[in-house]
Amino acid sequence: MPDEANKPVDSGPLLVLKAVRKSYNVGQPNETEVLHGIDLTLQRGEFCAVVGPSGSGKSTLLNIIGLLDRPTSGTLTLSGVDTGTLGDAELTRLRGHSIGFVFQHHHLLSAFTALENVMLPILGDVGFPNAAMAERAAQLITDVGLAQFRDRPAGQLSGGQQQRVAVARALAMSPALLLADEPTGNLDTVSADAVFDLLRRVNTEQRTSVLFVTHSPEMAARCDKIIRVVDGCVVTSN
Amino acid sequence: MSEPSDAPAAPAAAIPPTGGAPLSTLPRWQPFEWIVALRFLREGRTQTAFIIAGVAIGVAVIIFMSSLMAGLEAKLMRQALTTQAHIQLLGPKDVARPLRGGDAAVEGVVLQVPLQRLRGIDQWQALVLQMQAMPEVRLVSPGATGSALAVRGDARRAISVIGIDPAVYFRIVLIGDMLVAGTTRLSGTDILIGTELALDFGLSVGDKLRVTATSGSELTLSISGIFDLGNKAANARTTYTTLRTAQSLLALPGSVTVLDLTLNDPYAAETVAQRIAASTGVQADSWIKTNAQFFSAVAAQKSSSTVIRSFVALSVAMGIASVLVVSVVQRSSAIGILRAMGVTRGQVLRLFLLQGGLLALAGSILGSALGAGAMLLWQSLVRNADGTPLIAVTLEPSLFLSTLALATLTGLVAAVAPALRAARLDPVVAINA
Repeated sequence: MPDEANKPVDSGPLLVLKAVRKSYNVGQPNETEVLHGIDLTLQRGEFCAVVGPSGSGKSTLLNIIGLLDRPTSGTLTLSGVDTGTLGDAELTRLRGHSIGFVFQHHHLLSAFTALENVMLPILGDVGFPNAAMAERAAQLITDVGLAQFRDRPAGQLSGGQQQRVAVARALAMSPALLLADEPTGNLDTVSADAVFDLLRRVNTEQRTSVLFVTHSPEMAARCDKIIRVVDGCVVTSN
Repeated sequence: MSEPSDAPAAPAAAIPPTGGAPLSTLPRWQPFEWIVALRFLREGRTQTAFIIAGVAIGVAVIIFMSSLMAGLEAKLMRQALTTQAHIQLLGPKDVARPLRGGDAAVEGVVLQVPLQRLRGIDQWQALVLQMQAMPEVRLVSPGATGSALAVRGDARRAISVIGIDPAVYFRIVLIGDMLVAGTTRLSGTDILIGTELALDFGLSVGDKLRVTATSGSELTLSISGIFDLGNKAANARTTYTTLRTAQSLLALPGSVTVLDLTLNDPYAAETVAQRIAASTGVQADSWIKTNAQFFSAVAAQKSSSTVIRSFVALSVAMGIASVLVVSVVQRSSAIGILRAMGVTRGQVLRLFLLQGGLLALAGSILGSALGAGAMLLWQSLVRNADGTPLIAVTLEPSLFLSTLALATLTGLVAAVAPALRAARLDPVVAINA
């Protein structure tokens, strides 16, 4: 971070969105606004479900919250840092240190073992492998119940196991926020429950805030709060 | 293999022991980009193997061609340099000068230059000392040359008599290496002749040969050796005798018509020759000037070889670039997830550049071995009648090093476009690709 104002802080709300709008093809005849002035606050340690029909803007909202995309207007503050003032490199660094991602598809790198996949975020940050990061990854793999599979290539794990490795990888940098974009969408009920319970446990034990996108009303009901996105607006947040 | 269980995760537990082995096999000396680049290459091993083979074939062609061309050039150069001096200092030539009046009208007759009259170099002993004092000059050999007739019975042949100091001259022109019979020993009445003259006249070592100069003087000389200059016309015409014998035969008592010079650096001959001509006033011809055709042939050969090598390098670069472009497309989601987890654009750029460099390096190492092997095989198969290689090729380490460096650089340059494309990928688009 180049200055003190951009240092993440541990107090106050974790995430604050104010009047966030997102448009595509800005200035073109086919300009489309996908998010229409979203206001949203996420406290530290909250476990929120994000629900809404397909095409409502959930993924766009999650991409903006995950610092993978920038809003067209409005502000997004993460851990006290106004992300609108950050350059690409600073945004990447903040994303790497503060946010973990779990996608519907696990996106594990098949060229690496389960353990190495979990090591990758730390390795990318530190530059060279070391024993500490291997131990950290091994602990996370053990925590998600896959200790015996840690040296297995990612491609040789089952869907549920791969998603659990993806959760472990998302936790590698001890992020303050975990974004889970339909992580159980491709799993059977047992595996889906296992992944949900795992995220819940992480949330409880490590006070990691979780935004959990789901189409399942049952799973949404098990979260602390439900954020409903309809036609690019947050209609309820309870 | 039984399907592993997807049962809910067990509560946090201690890391199972690994029996003292390190938890991860990732080498600690390798940076992140190296690790990912190598794993990507290993994962796409068929693609990697094909492109390495492609690079190897290209590099092998370059190594083979370059060493062959270098060997050929060295052979031609050796032939050129062992049969002539680097610089020849020549005496003045007579010039036909018409007599003119005040209005520039030709008033007198035009006199023909006396074709056979030889003039020596003025003050040649002082010139020899002056040349010997020059740091660039290695050897100076005075000589007296002129035309004569070789006579044997009724047969006559025009020959060129070259009178030399054998002790010095044979270090400039390596007649010893070209001798097919006899010795290079030259005393008072000895003469060395070429194979063609020996064949025409049926001469062998120890035979006598009558030589008549244009001045009318005549000597009978004893053949001490027969040489082969590798050129039929030269073998028919060139003869060597002692300086004193030639001076006496050509009516040049105490005088010389040429000073042959060798330099420490043969390629500096033209510059040195121009300097000598400017400072002494004598005509100085460098071997570079007198062999202009040879040099233009070498230059043409070099440029055609450079063109071929450039096209080979271009095709290698295209091959690497196309493989990496495909790799970027194939690995879009991996790039996206790496970017999402905090990997910078610079790191993505480097890991694809590295792949280009590594493919080229591996291909060029393999190609160097292939090229060297092909060259050794060619040398063992293509030989002269006497069993010596047609072209003696030395596999220079510098050629391999420069090829490795150039190929790796080519790989890096070829990887720039795909690497930039990878680094510029929008993570959102890449993850959903």
